[in-house]
Amino acid sequence: MTFTLNDDQRMLKDTARDFFREQAPVTRLRKQRDEKKNGRDPDLWREIAGLGLAGVIIPEEFGGAGLGYVALGAVLEESGRTLVASPLHSSALAGASALLLAGTDAQKQEWLPKIASGEVVATFAIDEGAHHAPGKSKLKFEGGKLTGAKQYVADGHIADLIIVAGADALYLVKADAAGLKRRELVTADSRGAADMKFEGTPAEKMNGGADTIDAILDRARIGLAAEMVGSASEAFEITSEYLKTRRQFGQVIGGFQALQHRAAKLFTDLELTRSCVLAALDAVDRNANDIAEYASLAKARASETVHLASNEMVQLHGGIGMTDVHDAGLYLKRARATEALYGGASFHRDRYASLLGF
Amino acid sequence: MTNDLEAFRAETRAWLEENCPPSMRTPMTGEDDAVWGGRNYEFKNPEAKLWLDRMGAKGWTAPTWPAAYGGGGLSADENRVLQSELKKIGARPPLFSFGIWMLGPVLLEYANEEQKKEHLPKIVRGEIRWCQGYSEPGAGSDLAGLQTKCEDKGDHWLINGQKVWTSYANYADWCFCLVRTDTSVKHEGISFVLIDMTTQGVETRPIKLISGSSPFCETFFTDVAIPKHQMVGRLNGGWEIAKRLLMYERTNISGFGSNTRVDVVDLAKKHVGVEGGTLEDRDLRARIAAHKMTERAYALSVQRATEEARAGGNVSHMASMFKVAGATLNQDRCELMVEAAGNRALGWSGEGFSADDIATTRGWLRSKGNSIEGGTTEINLNVVAKRVLGLRDTQ
Repeated sequence: MTFTLNDDQRMLKDTARDFFREQAPVTRLRKQRDEKKNGRDPDLWREIAGLGLAGVIIPEEFGGAGLGYVALGAVLEESGRTLVASPLHSSALAGASALLLAGTDAQKQEWLPKIASGEVVATFAIDEGAHHAPGKSKLKFEGGKLTGAKQYVADGHIADLIIVAGADALYLVKADAAGLKRRELVTADSRGAADMKFEGTPAEKMNGGADTIDAILDRARIGLAAEMVGSASEAFEITSEYLKTRRQFGQVIGGFQALQHRAAKLFTDLELTRSCVLAALDAVDRNANDIAEYASLAKARASETVHLASNEMVQLHGGIGMTDVHDAGLYLKRARATEALYGGASFHRDRYASLLGF
Repeated sequence: MTNDLEAFRAETRAWLEENCPPSMRTPMTGEDDAVWGGRNYEFKNPEAKLWLDRMGAKGWTAPTWPAAYGGGGLSADENRVLQSELKKIGARPPLFSFGIWMLGPVLLEYANEEQKKEHLPKIVRGEIRWCQGYSEPGAGSDLAGLQTKCEDKGDHWLINGQKVWTSYANYADWCFCLVRTDTSVKHEGISFVLIDMTTQGVETRPIKLISGSSPFCETFFTDVAIPKHQMVGRLNGGWEIAKRLLMYERTNISGFGSNTRVDVVDLAKKHVGVEGGTLEDRDLRARIAAHKMTERAYALSVQRATEEARAGGNVSHMASMFKVAGATLNQDRCELMVEAAGNRALGWSGEGFSADDIATTRGWLRSKGNSIEGGTTEINLNVVAKRVLGLRDTQ
């Protein structure tokens, strides 16, 4: 196991960091929101894909970089820092993982190069109710056609290709397929999503069953956890800087022990969670046999950490923290969306206990 | 390089195979199995003595210390090989020692040649057992407020005062001790001295804890005269050494006291009940799962810090963070064990409770000290806030 990046991974992380800081800082998300784009920013996505960031885990034979999940995790972490509104996690992570694990040779040939180039945005449609419950799908597939519904599909409103998970099978659906009804959701995190209804929608069956769905989800959970650690880190660092500059009672408020201890505890929590996420990404690249445990560990801890970090960001900024003009609210809203996606802390604690045999 | 390491691994494996006695390859059954060494140490098991003697002679109780001072003289890579081979055969630590964990590293850094030659080899071989004279009744968290007086009497130092929380002072042969050599200043008036506990005027008194055990003592110094050469570093330069030593101490404290023979999950399964493969008490189950995750996160973080240190990163500032996290983790574990075991963990002594039950009760009570000993959680959070995060008291 390793926690340190190699040269290729380090270089990719630096590239992503520089690009996101310069071209997609939080002000870009704010602008998208104010212009009611609901997560649509095709120019930004083209640039991200142009840097090769949409094909990090896709093998070179399919037009990607073949650098693996540790590398993609590093990119996602950087994207989380500035709340980059792009389909990076749904397409380059979840969509690509689904095709890699469940795609037939023909499906891989057809879609992976387009995902890698950013020409196609893919997403993974899993949940059918208000909560993550992958085993409880009511989706039906008969005569090549899907019937059923999916809720709050991440980037579902801008996706070209939807990989749909049933209870024990996976299907490819094109966004323009007949009988697919999409209702765009305007979401609190300004990223948008979609509810979907499949009414006899033509779909292509993929390989694999329930185990494959779990394996895809675990990769999506781990990668998303990396994004969440990025957001939590940035929220923490912004807050920590504020404690060093905001003056009250004739001194900086970071001098007050009550606040020092809260900052130190949050930092400790963040460092412990970072270790879990790095280990989980590495476990995927090593194809370890306990990826499921790592995924629930990483996603539960990242959910708790980003929850705490975003709440502390609001509270420790005081009055300015509850205003729309400050970024704290944007971190808070995005935090809750990522917590819920692919299962929150409670879901993964339950799953972790089951995996450990109690 | 890799070939050399593989050769070292083969040699090490062969040596351990020949020299680690059979009973030293079985898991320790409790704190009583820990070997602390020292002049008056009584070995319960002759194989424990044999194991200590052999490892001490090779310097492998302190593998990376220079061979010139009795250490193993191993590189970091070689030490990793040694540790992995020890782990492979389930070898018990040959020696538990404040000398190795705390004093040795600062002697290597701050002591003069004579002091190193005098003290380090005896630490390595487990011949001298050390205790730590830091806290005083009036100087706990505010350690630099210590008042134990050390006067220059020309050809010797004269020491008067009282220390408290001196771990195992009643068994120790020597004490590394912070004393006040200048009363006009605070931090800059502290020196670091070494005191033979058999010196006239040294007296120890064990303190009974809520767990019933007495790992700590009060130590009294009444007109204790020690030779001039027993001061380490310069006069009034002790605070820097004190802080460095605390860092080593915090790195090494890992939840003393908990009953590690029993896993909290097994305990819960036994006493709470299982239905359909899951614990019947869903609330307790969720909290145990959260604890298990923190435990894993902590272990992974220690592993990460080790890897970063190996890559040349400075991780020394993380000691306080790990101290806080480790103490909290162990206390949570003990609380969950007591909750899971129900009234089985409320026994104190006698036939009505198993040895494990009582160990759970007493381990839980002992763990309350984890967030106090070696610097309280509050003091360590101060250190993280100030040194790691750069939050200053006044700006």
